[in-house]
Amino acid sequence: MSPVRLRIAVVTAHIAMGFRRWSTYRLATAAGAFTNTIFGLIKAYITIGAIGAAGGTLGGYDAVTGATYAWLAQALLAPVNVFGWQELALRIRTGDISIDLARPVDPQLAFMAADLGRAAYSFIPRGAPPLLVGALVTGLALPATPLPYLLAALSLLLAVMVSFSCLWLMNLTAFWLLDLRGVTTLYMVACTFLSGMVVPIHWFPEWLATAAAWTPFPSLIQTPIDVITARAEGTDALMLIGTQALWLSGLIIAGRLVFRTGAKRLVVQGG
Amino acid sequence: MADTGRLHPYRVLLSSRLRSQTAYRRSFAMDVLGSVAIGALEFGEVFVIFTNIDVLGELDFAAAALLFALANICFSLADMIVGHADRLPTYLRQGTLDAFLLRPLPVLAQLITSDLSLRRLGRTAVAVVVLGVALPLNDISWGPDKVALLALAVVAGTAIFAALFVCAAAVQFWLVEGSEFSNSFTYGGSYASQYPASIFALPVRVLFTFVVPAAFVAYLPTLALLDLAGPPGLPAWLGWCSPVMAVVIWGVALTGWRAGLRHYTGAGS
Repeated sequence: MSPVRLRIAVVTAHIAMGFRRWSTYRLATAAGAFTNTIFGLIKAYITIGAIGAAGGTLGGYDAVTGATYAWLAQALLAPVNVFGWQELALRIRTGDISIDLARPVDPQLAFMAADLGRAAYSFIPRGAPPLLVGALVTGLALPATPLPYLLAALSLLLAVMVSFSCLWLMNLTAFWLLDLRGVTTLYMVACTFLSGMVVPIHWFPEWLATAAAWTPFPSLIQTPIDVITARAEGTDALMLIGTQALWLSGLIIAGRLVFRTGAKRLVVQGG
Repeated sequence: MADTGRLHPYRVLLSSRLRSQTAYRRSFAMDVLGSVAIGALEFGEVFVIFTNIDVLGELDFAAAALLFALANICFSLADMIVGHADRLPTYLRQGTLDAFLLRPLPVLAQLITSDLSLRRLGRTAVAVVVLGVALPLNDISWGPDKVALLALAVVAGTAIFAALFVCAAAVQFWLVEGSEFSNSFTYGGSYASQYPASIFALPVRVLFTFVVPAAFVAYLPTLALLDLAGPPGLPAWLGWCSPVMAVVIWGVALTGWRAGLRHYTGAGS
């Protein structure tokens, strides 16, 4: 096999592995979807309540588009992995990472491919239930033309990869820190808030919106939802997707550099 | 003092837990910081919403802050005392629970005293600060009754969340892999309790008042504290009834726990 074809084969195998691994836990998936739905219910009513209190529209959302935002955020939560991932950090801590380093596959590429498989699996079983309940309980405002969905598929793919790249960097701190719980919690808090998971970024006061814009986090939730709901159309949507792509390339490069530095340290320690 | 003797094993368990948590000071400080951040995040949501509007479900920002503070104090205290009960599936899978069964002490008491996550006081601290700011901002006609109501609300609210954690743990005897189901009632209940129940549609309001009694934790006591009339079906005097609700839900929790324990057949270890 040529090197390129070999690489493609490896990536596909990892995507399939990630998909299969997560599809094993059926009851856990159902439980997660149920919890996402209950939270969606609470969130949708908080959103509708706030929009009603503001006189019918708030930050460009009316009752139905606001509720749609809340339900979509709940649907994307699992595929995009807003609440984090710590497997790499654990492997660094136990020294298992040395096995990954010995494999003839780039670890960052392999883990990212497996994460894409995970996201592909969780997309329907974790995303569909909140959206179905949303459609029944509050109604959903979704575009009727195909173009927003095509752009959304691209935006969502980028969101999953940006999220993975952020988490990759966060996990790499395990090369230097012994205890990761504080770091993980702080990351989770920053990520949930600044991604638009808690309330839409369009509701943020100016200073907070600016702060969020300086982080990759809006690319995780706010951007894909803006594209799916066609709040951002045409050039605007492409600009948002471009921003996601820029963050992704920057984060991937940073991830490579930090990983290389950390791995060198590991070898020095004889791990 | 016969009681001192009976409680002695739990005191030993707890004090060993407390010492082990604070042994690594820097880790502990990071953990507390994380817990403070979670509290700040929860308040951030209320804050952002109120930068856009003045009143949500008949509550202004000061009243909403009071509601938030009460709900969060109760949840974080309950989470500190029994929140680790949600680790039960791990104990079930690994067979750790079998060790609990061998000791001549009630299993639930052992589970509760198996940990006391001091780091969660970070979130309590955020809520106490919000309470300290919110109380003077609100127009409360203070009297002995209101002081009693406030104290009652904190104790009963903590008891309600603690019972929800025990209910959640009991369910896990049947749903080891599906333990996240119970998060809807514990964390979901906590989330719902931070907002005025009046913004929910009727079925959801009933769910988070009488099935998962989240509204009894903070919303109804807040209405009673501020002398506000409640929404249809939820008169403000219900705010005085949170201890009754706490007793009822503890009854459910203990019944469920005993049924769960009887259902448990061991990990084969």
